[in-house]
Parts: sequence; structure tokens; C-alpha cells
Amino acid sequence: MASVVPLKEKKLLEVKLGELPSWILMRDFTPSGIAGAFQRGYYRYYNKYVNVKKGSIAGLSMVLAAYVFLNYCRSYKELKHERLRKYH
Amino acid sequence: MNENLFTSFTTPVILGLPLVTLIVLFPSLLFPTSNRLVNNRFVTLQQWMLQLVSKQMMSIHNSKGQTWTLMLMSLILFIGSTNLLGLLPHSFTPTTQLSMNLGMAIPLWAGAVITGFRNKTKASLAHFLPQGTPTPLIPMLVIIETISLFIQPMALAVRLTANITAGHLLIHLIGGATLALMSISTTTALITFTILILLTILEFAVAMIQAYVFTLLVSLYLHDNT
Repeated sequence: MASVVPLKEKKLLEVKLGELPSWILMRDFTPSGIAGAFQRGYYRYYNKYVNVKKGSIAGLSMVLAAYVFLNYCRSYKELKHERLRKYH
Repeated sequence: MNENLFTSFTTPVILGLPLVTLIVLFPSLLFPTSNRLVNNRFVTLQQWMLQLVSKQMMSIHNSKGQTWTLMLMSLILFIGSTNLLGLLPHSFTPTTQLSMNLGMAIPLWAGAVITGFRNKTKASLAHFLPQGTPTPLIPMLVIIETISLFIQPMALAVRLTANITAGHLLIHLIGGATLALMSISTTTALITFTILILLTILEFAVAMIQAYVFTLLVSLYLHDNT
């Protein structure tokens, strides 16, 4: 099925569900590609929440909240023994 | 309470890969650089704070000592941010590991001492003998001064490790005690909770003070030797 725009240049929200696997496989998975993805993501967040005229505490707090959440996921294995349950 | 109180201090490893590298590198994300004259609030605040700290800390040095400004400022930022991030729940504090603190203390101290020995050999050797000691005491005093010199990096590292580890342990213990006391007697639990609040405030202060002390001492050793 020929699309008007080639699959490679579509953004994620414009990709149809059936085309999703091929879209994912077409992404750039080289080290420089992955580094570019991280850099793009960082600057997207930075320019939206921090690098604005009246930045608030929310820009920093969201990062710290994500950090706390990731650390929780990392230590879940030890933490699940401390839940208040009768049988662990 | 963990089956072992120290499980929160183990180095995080995920599937055998050292996650600790990422955790050590994380604070660098919180200090964005900017080449502009007028920046956003976040960067402006950080630059203001950095200017305040660097003026206060580097004003005592001569021009040779002030070449260390970048090193000392990065040091205080790193230790301060790592300690403060460690106060978040479930996070891992790299400065609780003695290995890392030794890795910071020994090269910095050695750099300062060796600079002193290379450039001002007589003055550096003269540090081993305080002024006006009676002659019979000289050999013993030289030995004591040598020992006190070599203990400086150990003291730097152990001071930081012990302070941060002890604070975290206390928070764990008192938090666990509050939780356990909740079902037994609510008033005691409230008292323990107040203690926990005060302790947390103390820990915030300690986090920043320890960074300051570490950097200040390195700067002092530098001042002696330049």
C-alpha cells in the first residue's frame, strides 16, 4: 500500500498501527543514532520546561520524580519483602 | 526494615551491568551549561550560586592556587549534588562508598602536596616542624607531623563516608521505628516522627556542609603548598 509520505519520514503519531513494526525497524540504531535520540529528547524537555522565560520548580521536580521512580523500580526486588502482608 | 540494614548501600547492578556509572553521571544533567549572557532562571540561579561560592573559597589563594578553581568548584558541586540527591527516597548515594571518596581525596591531596614539594621545597619541609619547639622534642614532633600529613587524605575520605552513611542509617532506623511504633502507641510514633523531621533537616544541612568541608580542606592543603 503506497502512502503519500514515505514511511521513514513519518512521525510516530502519524504511523498507522499496522505499519508500526516496520517503522520501528527503520529507526537508526547505530551508536550515534542512539546518542542523537538521547540528545534530542534532552533538548526537547529542556527547551519546553527549563529554558523558558518564567521557568518554575516543575521542570526540576519532574526530573527528580522520574529519578525516584527509576530507583524504586531498581530496588523493587528488595522492597517487596517489606510490604505489610501476611504471606510474602 | 531490611533483613540486612546495609542493603541500601550496595552498589546498584542491573543484570550484571554497573548501573552505578549512570547514577554517578546523573547530577551532571542537573547543571546545564549556557553561553548566553541572559539565561533562564535555572541557569541564572546556578551561576549566581557558583559565583558566590567561588569568590568565598578562592579569594584566599594566590594566582597559582587560583588555577585550581575549576577543580574545586566541580568538586563542591559534585559532592553537594550527590549528597542532596541521596536524600531522595530509594536513591543510591555514591559518596557512601569509601572507594569513591578515597578516589577523590587521595589524588587531590597528593596533587597539593606534590605541588608544594616541587615548587617550594624548603617551605613544604618546614611544615613538618612547628615554630618554637624545644630541641629535644624535634625528632618525635617530625614523626608526628609526618603521620598527621599522611592521615589527611584518609581523614578526608572517611569523614565524608562516615557522615553520609551514618545520616542515612539513622534515617532508616528512625523511620523503621516510627512505622513499628504506629501500631503500639501513636503518641510515641508522633514523637519519633518529629525526630525524623528534624533529622531530615539535619541531613540536608549535612549534605551541603560535608561538600563544603571537603572542598575547604583541599583548598587549605593547596594554600599551604602554593
